Amino acid sequence: MAQAQGFGRRYIKAFLKGFFVAIPVTVTFLDRVACVARVEGASMQPSLNPGGRQASDVVLLNHWSIRNYDVQRGDIVSLVSPRNPEQKIIKRVIALEGDIIKTIGYKKKYVKIPHGHIWVEGDHHGHSFDSNAFGPVSLGLLHARATHILWPPQRWQKLQSMLPPERKPLQREQE
Amino acid sequence: MFRNVLGKTFRFLGYTVQYGCIAHCAFEYLGGIVVCSGPSMEPTIQNSDIVFSENLSRHLYCIRKGDIVIVKSPNDPKSNICKRVIGLEGDKVCTSNPSDFLKSHSYVPKGHVWLEGDNLRNSTDSRCYGPVPYGLIRGRICFKIWPLNDFGFLRASPNGHRFLDD
Repeated sequence: MAQAQGFGRRYIKAFLKGFFVAIPVTVTFLDRVACVARVEGASMQPSLNPGGRQASDVVLLNHWSIRNYDVQRGDIVSLVSPRNPEQKIIKRVIALEGDIIKTIGYKKKYVKIPHGHIWVEGDHHGHSFDSNAFGPVSLGLLHARATHILWPPQRWQKLQSMLPPERKPLQREQE
Repeated sequence: MFRNVLGKTFRFLGYTVQYGCIAHCAFEYLGGIVVCSGPSMEPTIQNSDIVFSENLSRHLYCIRKGDIVIVKSPNDPKSNICKRVIGLEGDKVCTSNPSDFLKSHSYVPKGHVWLEGDNLRNSTDSRCYGPVPYGLIRGRICFKIWPLNDFGFLRASPNGHRFLDD
């Protein structure tokens, strides 16, 4: 009886210890290093979700590579939606701070990206809720950079950082 | 001997990782101690006061009007600023300076908040860079720790007239 009690106590102790190690390590890893997410919606066609409604891609989001907020033009990034903080959106970076960009349907025809902001757009123009609707977004909303498509298996690939040639900024910031 | 040292090193590394991760979770989800600098929140928070901030209400979306929040600066994501929430989404706010003769008003867009410092004459806030997305909020300041004679919950805004009820 006493032995059984000791066993139970030891079991609970081991369980609690594992609990206090495993959960913080997992949460920190998901917050700081990488996580996976399912992409919904058609805004990034044809790079993501080319099949439309039937198939949605699962992407690997790398948090570590943007810890200093250094993104390049053409990267696919996920960010907290400026309109709805509970939602994350995934878009392509078109212009960085200091660039002048020709917009598609924004209230101003040409925009100079302010300091600490970026211009993001979906690849599927006209079906994407992006900077052409809400303007430049602050870098602080940046969440992660999408690097790979993980699922479905036949679409396993590295995501290319590519800037559509017609969306090159008119004037780049002098570096 | 060698195995002993190796084992100790690994155990030390494991403990470092474990406590680092616990610290990250605590600072990210529960809250932490923050040193404020700058004159923009005087007289509620003086320069180099130490305050306690909690992050739960950001994750639970229960930031209210009048709360003092820590926000990532919209123009520089590496620095944080400390301001008071004057308006939530859909609220009508006064965008002009108190000394201006003509008052201008606007509505805070969806998913944004309107922030102002308590020291209206010496504060760079939403009157300068416009409404700030909710996603930039890091935490809510709940009470002051240092100086000790001012320990306790923070005072209400001295600029009550900036809150417009519509």
